[in-house]
Parts: sequence; structure tokens; C-alpha cells
Amino acid sequence: MKITRNEYSDMVKKASPNSPLAINCLWAFVVGGGICVLGELLYGFYRNMNFINSDARLMSSITLVGLSAFFTGLGWYGRLAKKAGAGTLVPITGFANAVVSPAMEFRSEGLITGVGAKMFIIAGPVIVYGVLASVVYGVVLYFILPNMR
Amino acid sequence: MLIKAFVVGGLICVAGQLLIDLTKLTPARILVTFVVSGVVLSALGLWQPVVDFAGAGALVPIVGFGHTLAQGMERAIAKEGLTGIFSGGFTACAGGVGASLIFGFITSLLARPNSQS
Repeated sequence: MKITRNEYSDMVKKASPNSPLAINCLWAFVVGGGICVLGELLYGFYRNMNFINSDARLMSSITLVGLSAFFTGLGWYGRLAKKAGAGTLVPITGFANAVVSPAMEFRSEGLITGVGAKMFIIAGPVIVYGVLASVVYGVVLYFILPNMR
Repeated sequence: MLIKAFVVGGLICVAGQLLIDLTKLTPARILVTFVVSGVVLSALGLWQPVVDFAGAGALVPIVGFGHTLAQGMERAIAKEGLTGIFSGGFTACAGGVGASLIFGFITSLLARPNSQS
């Protein structure tokens, strides 16, 4: 049986489970927004404990990361992520999940070449390009802007 | 403030969902795009107003991580000058990345990988 590429892509479309854009976006909105509300509640909690503003933000991020690691360990975060998509990917908890998941998955390959090497396999590029972007900004701030005044 | 955080944070996640569904970008590329966007938006002075408006709604999404990086760079250069260019970014993200590293390592020791599925 010969099929053209177009026929094949039609067949793939029919065979794949349809993922309606609107429903995906609703899930992402509710779950992502919910995680941000949790972040704001944690921030209020740490402010009440007399942390200064920036430390309260940092502590709420660290708490979210810890919660994400815990629920990733239980396998719950991955299950939620299947429904919530970007709602669980885009918040800081998604970054933590991207660190914890490969660390767990590659545990069987040992502590050095498994956990140590693979832990930042997804989050690594985020750190590399985030820091590089900030370095570009730093170069502009230090070398370029002062000479323009 | 909670409602603002919910709506703004939710909308940023919807932007990510549109990227996933419409462009087939992989999650790693979306995270990179959002962090770099955060650095650029913050450098242009456009993100701090969003943070003032929505708090965690603007800081918890990974765009806020870029904002933290840019702010850390500003602070490091004001304080240290030239060496701040090298230390600013890592100093700013040390808390979040350190927490991920620590909790990731502990979880990898305690959790069974097959519970992931």
C-alpha cells in the first residue's frame, strides 16, 4: 500500500488524540495562575515572619521549588503536567521539575554520571542563556551606557 | 493582589501553552525563550511595573527568573563594577538554582524513578 506524504499526515491527524487549544489554554491558565497565587500566599506568610521584601520573595521561590521536588518525587507533578501543560512548565515549579525529574530518572546510572551529569540536562540551557543574556545587559550597563552620557 | 497574581500568572502560562500548541517548540526552548525575554523586558524597564502590579504573578513564571537575573546584574555592577559582569547573574539566580540542586539531589536519593509515570 502506497501513501503520499499528505495522506500520511491526514492519517496521523486522525489517529492522534485531539488536543483542543482552548481547553489546553484553560488548564494552563487555571493551574499556572493557581501556582502564582500559592507564591503570593507564601510571600505574605514570609512577610508576616518578618523577612524583608526580597528575602520573602526568595523564600517563597525556594518553598515552591521544594514543593515541586516533593510532588515530582511522588509522581504527582508529572501527572498534573500532562493536563496543565505550560501551566506547570512556565512557573518556577516547572524549572524545579525539570531538574528533579532527570535527577531521579538517571539515578540508576550512578551518582556522578547519572544524577550529577544529567540533573541540569533541561534546566542547564535555561541557566546558560539566562546568565548570558544578563551578561550582555551587564556589558551594556558597564561599557556602553556610561559613554553615551 | 491574589486575583492579580492569578490572572497575570495565568496569562503568562497561556502564552507558553500557545507556543507549545502552535509552534511545536520543545519545553526546554520555551523555558529558554521565557528567561531571555525576562532579562530583556527587565533591562528595558518593562517588567518591574508588572511585578509592582501582580507580585508573584510576574515573579513565579520563569520570566520572573530573567527579571531576577537582570536586577542582580544591575546590583552587582553598582556594587563591584567590572567583576559584577561575571558574578551578577549567578549571584542573582543562586537561591533558586541552589534550591533546585539541593532538593533535586535529595529527591533522586529518596524517590523511586518508576513512581514518575
